[in-house]
Amino acid sequence: MIYDFLLKLTGSEIAAGFIQSLLPLFVFILPFALIAVLLERKVSAHMQDRLGPMRVGYHGIFQTVADILKLMQKEDIVTDNSDKALFNIAPVLVFTGSYAAFAAIPFSGAFIGSNIDLGLFFIVAVSGLVVAGILMAGWASNNKYTLLGAMRSAAQVISYEIPTILVIITIVMITGTLNLYTLSELQTGHFWNWMIFGGPSTGLIKVAFIPFMIIGFVIIYISTLAEVNRTPFDIPEAESELVSGYHTEYSGMKFAMFFLAEYANMFAVSAIVAAVFFGGYQSPFGYLGNSLGISWFIPIEQFFWFTFKGIFFVLVQMWLRWTLPRLRVDQLMALCWKYLIPIAFVNLLIVGLITVF
Amino acid sequence: MKTTEEIFNLLKEKFGESIIEFKTGVPVEDFIVVNPFEIDKVCTFLRDTDSYQFNNLMNLSGVDDANGKKITGEQGEVKLEGRTFSLFYHLESMSLKQKVTLAVRMPGENPEVSSVSEIWRSADWHEREAFDMFGIKFLNHPDLRRILMPYDWEAGYPLRKDYKNPEFYQGMKVPY
Amino acid sequence: MPVKTEEMILNMGPQHPSTHGVLRLELLLEGEIIKGVKPHIGYLHRCFEKHAEAMTYPQVIPYVDRLDYLSSMYNEFGYVTAVEKLLGIEVPQRVEYIRVIMGELQRIASHLVAIGTYGADLGAFTPFLFAFRDREKILSLFEITCGARLLYNYIWIGGLSHDLHPDFVRLAREFIPYFRPKIKEMNDLLSYNKIFVERTANVGILPPETAINFGVSGPNLRGSGLKWDLRRNDPYSVYDKFDFNIPVGEGRMGTVGDCWDRYFVRILEMEESLKIIEQALDQLPEGDVTSAIPKRVKPPIGQVYARVENPRGELGYFIISDGSVNPFRVKVRAPSFISLSVMDELCRGHMIADVIAILGSIDIVLGEIDR
Repeated sequence: MIYDFLLKLTGSEIAAGFIQSLLPLFVFILPFALIAVLLERKVSAHMQDRLGPMRVGYHGIFQTVADILKLMQKEDIVTDNSDKALFNIAPVLVFTGSYAAFAAIPFSGAFIGSNIDLGLFFIVAVSGLVVAGILMAGWASNNKYTLLGAMRSAAQVISYEIPTILVIITIVMITGTLNLYTLSELQTGHFWNWMIFGGPSTGLIKVAFIPFMIIGFVIIYISTLAEVNRTPFDIPEAESELVSGYHTEYSGMKFAMFFLAEYANMFAVSAIVAAVFFGGYQSPFGYLGNSLGISWFIPIEQFFWFTFKGIFFVLVQMWLRWTLPRLRVDQLMALCWKYLIPIAFVNLLIVGLITVF
Repeated sequence: MKTTEEIFNLLKEKFGESIIEFKTGVPVEDFIVVNPFEIDKVCTFLRDTDSYQFNNLMNLSGVDDANGKKITGEQGEVKLEGRTFSLFYHLESMSLKQKVTLAVRMPGENPEVSSVSEIWRSADWHEREAFDMFGIKFLNHPDLRRILMPYDWEAGYPLRKDYKNPEFYQGMKVPY
Repeated sequence: MPVKTEEMILNMGPQHPSTHGVLRLELLLEGEIIKGVKPHIGYLHRCFEKHAEAMTYPQVIPYVDRLDYLSSMYNEFGYVTAVEKLLGIEVPQRVEYIRVIMGELQRIASHLVAIGTYGADLGAFTPFLFAFRDREKILSLFEITCGARLLYNYIWIGGLSHDLHPDFVRLAREFIPYFRPKIKEMNDLLSYNKIFVERTANVGILPPETAINFGVSGPNLRGSGLKWDLRRNDPYSVYDKFDFNIPVGEGRMGTVGDCWDRYFVRILEMEESLKIIEQALDQLPEGDVTSAIPKRVKPPIGQVYARVENPRGELGYFIISDGSVNPFRVKVRAPSFISLSVMDELCRGHMIADVIAILGSIDIVLGEIDR
């Protein structure tokens, strides 16, 4: 719909597509990263009996802006023995991977970057690019710490994709679609139509679904947490062990790219969780636009709800980060292979059986 | 609990010549002087015998006795003749609650002593430190390297009383 | 054809976030598994022992502060105990009590740093700041006592530099009920956290025999299940007048002598220190704290080895006097120095992440190791 509007405005398909593809970056990710970085610092500070940044602007609200200015002015250090080409490509690739995921995320009924049928599949696949970028960064830096960080990261991200995918398959079995837009539309109405409450099905089946949906939600939330390398799974960048993991050698804007990718990723996975289990952009109580009869207001409300849900899960990620210690690499693998994957499998099987009957 | 004197008499009986002297009368601590090449045997005995059970080496400390006579050589270099180094071993038995102090004396030209790091592993680093600071060589020590000073410190052993700071270390000027 | 594999050498430090100072650990790795650890120390070597030979006895005290900069009070306490033994002087009771109070407050402060940084090493950053918040209160108590927050120069040979501030007793009494619930808070937040227990239980097990053989002392030795505390086993000052327990590691979460036990002994010890402070405040006698300070410290020819139970273990001073105003030899038996030598033994067969857990659990201070 935004695309149609842009097409009408510019009269060129290429220009419209181009503008549309940049929209999430400038309208959403950059402002989100600005706010989220500040939020993280403020949230952590208040959890720890501190105030956090207080100097730049009122209660430090411009701290991130100042930080970005600082990062842009920093010297871009490339170590002598690094593999220059890979070293320079890696941050771009990491950011591309996390940004590409936004293409299929439905921000509201009126705005979805690309309404492809394989939406969920696309997101899972394209986040795989991030691993390649991380490995490149770790290898090209020619530093043992970065290499260890990259190896850990690759191992971790790849193994945690399995439970994520298993849970997604569970959902697909019920809804029969990989299209995130359709998935969100299915969960329309009120919050009891959300997948976590059994989705649009009715009667006994709906009740039977609920416990398994909750299990699925917990699994997918834990594994996405691991995929974006947040505590307690921040082993690849464990600052007390590996200095800062795969991006130890990066500085200036290249470091900022990794940083931006991390925050973009945080929102992306939260958005997936919200879209799959919590009704996506659907409001839990019905729309103000409907009751007032202003139809153009609905997409704005939807955008609000989507952002709200996404940021809520981001906040939970922050909350976990500032509470929990970090797992060890073998414990992390054990958690994935010994607990999450078997449980996800059993969950998949049971949900399949329920669907059949 | 045995006093140091009792321990001395018993050790004298057992080891004879290698137990040299019992020092008493100096304030606070009495100690037994032992032959530097027999110290490991004495220590093994003290650790493993039921009536001693000295299972803990509290401290091992090197000392430059600064005794010796100053002799000026032909090129004007100053040498100390007859100087000695000492090592003090403070042992403790945690089960019997008794303590004893052993000491060894070594000639200044070639200070050598048997290592006790096989007996108490805590001696390992203490001995490395004594080597680092005084240049005392521990025979049979598994890994006798400098520990606190840089590995390539060539200006000698800093806690010796006649130690002089070098002018330069790795091209850097040392005295400020 | 068999694949050729090689062991990797990883230098951890001298500049590394979790080496607690400038320590370099040379790790021999096979993948992530540790085959050996070689600590390289001396980056903070400040020639304390050489300096001490050029100072008069009282002048050494400020240098002693800088050895273990997290427990300066106790370093002074140990040093003056040794010199007073050499001089053969009795100090007034009030001085002894104040020394004990300061020493125990310092123990709590030092343990808080140990616990807090341990949490930070394992990725939990919040306990670190909670611990530092409470440590601030203790440092404020020190500040009103002697004006300094870290390096005090408060305990002098034969006495103290000042008497207590008139408000000190009241503030110290207020601190105790404030701090008790914070220990519980720390337990809820960190000690019993599932992930924390997973990371520390059954990691870096130090059997008591090995611990004794290596000369490990203090909370690390007690973590191995041995009830050995110099305050009880070889009492100095007025410690025989207080009623307190000696907590030991019991293997509650895993094996006796693992990282969790060493950590938890410190938590329990803070509680015991509070008990001692409470009793000492109740019994605090009146008197002049400077009356016994000798005008001129000139011990007779002789030597002494005196030791105290520092927050990190047995802190010993071996002092030889040649009858002049300068010590002839001062050797410090630093507890962390000995504890660090056991690293290789503890780490073998564990993973890189465990090195951090083990290093944090033995709680070293590089200032004391390198002297």
